[in-house]
Amino acid sequence: MSWTPVCTVDDLPRERGVAALVEGRAVALFRTYDDAWFALDNRCPFANASVLARGIVGTRGDVPFVASPMLKQPFGLRDGVCLDDPTVRVQAYAVRVTDGVVHIGPALTDQPTDQEAP
Amino acid sequence: MSPTTDGRRPRIVVVGHGMVGHRFVAAAVERGLTATHDVVVLGEEPRAAYDRVALTSFFEVGADALSLLPGGAYDDPRVTLRLTTAVVGIDRDARTVTTAEGEEIAYDELVLATGAAPFVPPVPGKDLDGCFVYRTIEDLEAIRTAAAPGPDGTRKRGVVIGGGLLGLEAANALHQLGVEAHVVEMAPRLMPVQLDETGGATLVRHIEKLGLTVHCGVASTEVLDDGTGRVAGLGLRDADPIAADIVVFSAGIRPRDGLARDAALEVTPRGGVLVDERLRSVTDPHVWAIGECAAPAGVMYGLVAPGYAMAEIVVDTLLGGTAGAFTGADMSTKLKLLGVDVASFGDAFATTPDALELVFSDAVAGLYKKLVVGPAPDAPDSWVLLGGILVGDASAYGLLRPMVASGMLLPDNPEELILPESRGALQLGLPDEAVVCSCNNVTKRDLLDAVDVDGAHRCEDLGATKACTGAGTTCGSCVPTVKGIIEDYFTAVGKAVDTSLCEHFALTRQELFDVVAVHGYRSFTEVVEGHGTGRGCDICRPTIASILASQLGGHVLEGETGALQDTNDAYLANIQKNGTYSVVPRIPGGEITPEKLIVIGEVARDFGLYTKITGGQRIDLFGARMEELPAIWTRLVDAGFESGHAYGKSLRTVKSCVGSTWCRYGVQDSVQLAIDLELRYRGLRSPHKLKGGVSGCARECAEARSKDFGVIATEKGWNLYVAGNGGATPRHAELLVGDVDTATLVRYLDRFLMYYIRTADRLQRTAPWVESLDGGLERVREVVVDDALGLGSELEAAMARHVDSYFDEWKATLDDPAKLARFVSFVNAPDVPDPAITFTTERGQVRPAEPDAPVDLGASIPVGAPR
Repeated sequence: MSWTPVCTVDDLPRERGVAALVEGRAVALFRTYDDAWFALDNRCPFANASVLARGIVGTRGDVPFVASPMLKQPFGLRDGVCLDDPTVRVQAYAVRVTDGVVHIGPALTDQPTDQEAP
Repeated sequence: MSPTTDGRRPRIVVVGHGMVGHRFVAAAVERGLTATHDVVVLGEEPRAAYDRVALTSFFEVGADALSLLPGGAYDDPRVTLRLTTAVVGIDRDARTVTTAEGEEIAYDELVLATGAAPFVPPVPGKDLDGCFVYRTIEDLEAIRTAAAPGPDGTRKRGVVIGGGLLGLEAANALHQLGVEAHVVEMAPRLMPVQLDETGGATLVRHIEKLGLTVHCGVASTEVLDDGTGRVAGLGLRDADPIAADIVVFSAGIRPRDGLARDAALEVTPRGGVLVDERLRSVTDPHVWAIGECAAPAGVMYGLVAPGYAMAEIVVDTLLGGTAGAFTGADMSTKLKLLGVDVASFGDAFATTPDALELVFSDAVAGLYKKLVVGPAPDAPDSWVLLGGILVGDASAYGLLRPMVASGMLLPDNPEELILPESRGALQLGLPDEAVVCSCNNVTKRDLLDAVDVDGAHRCEDLGATKACTGAGTTCGSCVPTVKGIIEDYFTAVGKAVDTSLCEHFALTRQELFDVVAVHGYRSFTEVVEGHGTGRGCDICRPTIASILASQLGGHVLEGETGALQDTNDAYLANIQKNGTYSVVPRIPGGEITPEKLIVIGEVARDFGLYTKITGGQRIDLFGARMEELPAIWTRLVDAGFESGHAYGKSLRTVKSCVGSTWCRYGVQDSVQLAIDLELRYRGLRSPHKLKGGVSGCARECAEARSKDFGVIATEKGWNLYVAGNGGATPRHAELLVGDVDTATLVRYLDRFLMYYIRTADRLQRTAPWVESLDGGLERVREVVVDDALGLGSELEAAMARHVDSYFDEWKATLDDPAKLARFVSFVNAPDVPDPAITFTTERGQVRPAEPDAPVDLGASIPVGAPR
């Protein structure tokens, strides 16, 4: 997966999510209060619906997360792991911001990073 | 007791259907006495038993709310209740009673529960037109008629003779009816049986502040005649007469023992059927007497709790039990008179040898608290509590009374028990055998058994403990103590009930509400930086969004607030299982024109939406993709629709029946009121969803009592019921106030809803909220109807602000490009529908397509219940 520009920084308010279409997949893009950016698969595996971008963004301890809007399961934004059931995980993607444009990049593998790839 | 010799089931005849008679029958049913016995109850009054203790509230709540037997019959075929049936004679040899109609009814056991009658002193003029007693609902109705202002609007003037408990209740009634009220008491102080001089004087100051006039140490000589047989005033010894239109005698009660006297049953010189400690007549073993008509060991008891105890003992004895014995009663009293707390318990007058008094008095604040202490019998240099008096603040009563009963040793500084802001007296620890609830005889041990985490009941909170033990379910005065005991227990076993909202806020919703109000916060960031940690979660963010919306109004999607909303509020629609939304336009009261109905049909057809009629008399349109919502709402708003707030924790609908406009039974215009209420409270953000209903007559076709607020039309106005719901735990709403006009109804509803919004927990509907309040519905009535907290105008003003600032949030969204920008399927492809959303058809309409194949997630997923 290459880097896909999806929107400008101003298109997404803090602590909200929005869906983006990346190579035919629905990806949920999030911006936290400290202007960190994250991307997860938009599909909630519990609800089997394409909705994660519409969940509430918050923190648990120091982990930023989104609560699925369906039944509220929390997913860590850094790695997509369900905080209540670590056996469930949605795919996380790299995000980078260049000149005010937000790009969604490759799927993150075992060592998720907190921030965008270089 | 075994069947009679001829094989017939033995019959118990109960004479009198007051509170004690009713308790006897209820206990007989509950404890199985009716399995072997038939019970015939003969009541003289036209109504079934009602709560005479709360008689004064009749004007506010009506007769229905006072009834102890709302259905008018017992749920047991072995019990026959006959009202308007006075008994005029007893034939003890034949074992029959004779009714006023001349009917003879045979008994095997006869239970006299005839109560007491008001004592009217033999003063001249006592029978003039305008003289009343204060005992029955009929008495109150007559007083109300007499108290109506004259044709020129002049206030009536009334005098109550007697400044004891009942007299002050009667004065309260006159005061409520707008009568200029005087109280005349022969003793030098008010409530001479319960209060000492300073306590009485403190009470006088409270009462006179309300505009009543108190005359103590004054004897009445005659009721003055205006020359036409009507009351003109009350003549006093050594004082000027008081001009009055109404005189109410409330100078004590006398046992109604005439039937017993006529039947040659022994009565005491001061009145009352002489009974043994099983409440059995000393003259005839088949005759029993309970309540105010009885005199166990020669003493008559004028309170309801001893009467209840007597009823239980007779049932127990007739069941063959031998444990019950009535050996005297706790005559402690706590009540609220004219809004003033008054309590008197134990040896209030320090008559015990070597007793000492500890007094706290604050004349400015109107507080008087006295403890009577005495040397402990077995512990040198230690003291025990013997009794006390509390005026102005009786909150310590729940703790102090059981301390007297248990004889526990007092701490070193007993004055702390009555000082304001003293340390929690609960820390002193009541002994386990202390009776905490005297109405239902529940000890601290009973409470601890109920909440025991390893026990049989495992009650988890106050509500469960009350239901399990009966504690606090009669007068309610012990509820704070019960609550303290179970909270202490949970703390001790490490089962502390954490009331924190979530990990980000160590506050309850109510505390957060107050914090936001006090600091005037306008954003989540201000609140979380001031009082929380982190950046919140799916619990606290919507809660604070709701609090900000209740206090500030404004658009729920404005700026940072938009990021607080649950997905339903965030997109002003209801998310469904496949990620699409449903749309519910407001249809106030369920009334809709054909033109609007056609628009809804056209919109549904044009956007391919599944349509279904809701339970709240409106129409739900399902299957709208998020990006379609603005176009759908443009059509709806153009046709005059507005948001129905089906997505919000806010008012949903006010359901109505068609009412007097069309219905041949209707007595009021329920549709108009439902529309008015729905439009008044539309958009109001609350701790949970709110539903209302209005029925145009008592047939209740709108099912209003299954709503948070339900209004039912009466001939005279409206009855207001509150705190009902359907759902998993259905609850009928209970009567808050009866027969009010529309303006009063709206005023009380404004207060009720705002009080709920301010103090309820997150996602707590009105029924559990009322249950959680100390005092329950009675507390709500104090705040909403009596305005005991003085919050009434503030709550009304808050609602007025809501009403004035209401706007349709869908129209406002359509008018704002920034808000509309959020309604896109993909930020980089706003016109491409989400390919994950697919439909099929069923019964001629769309429905979500089932996924093609089961989704394998590689693990079993425990999905919790929806929160």
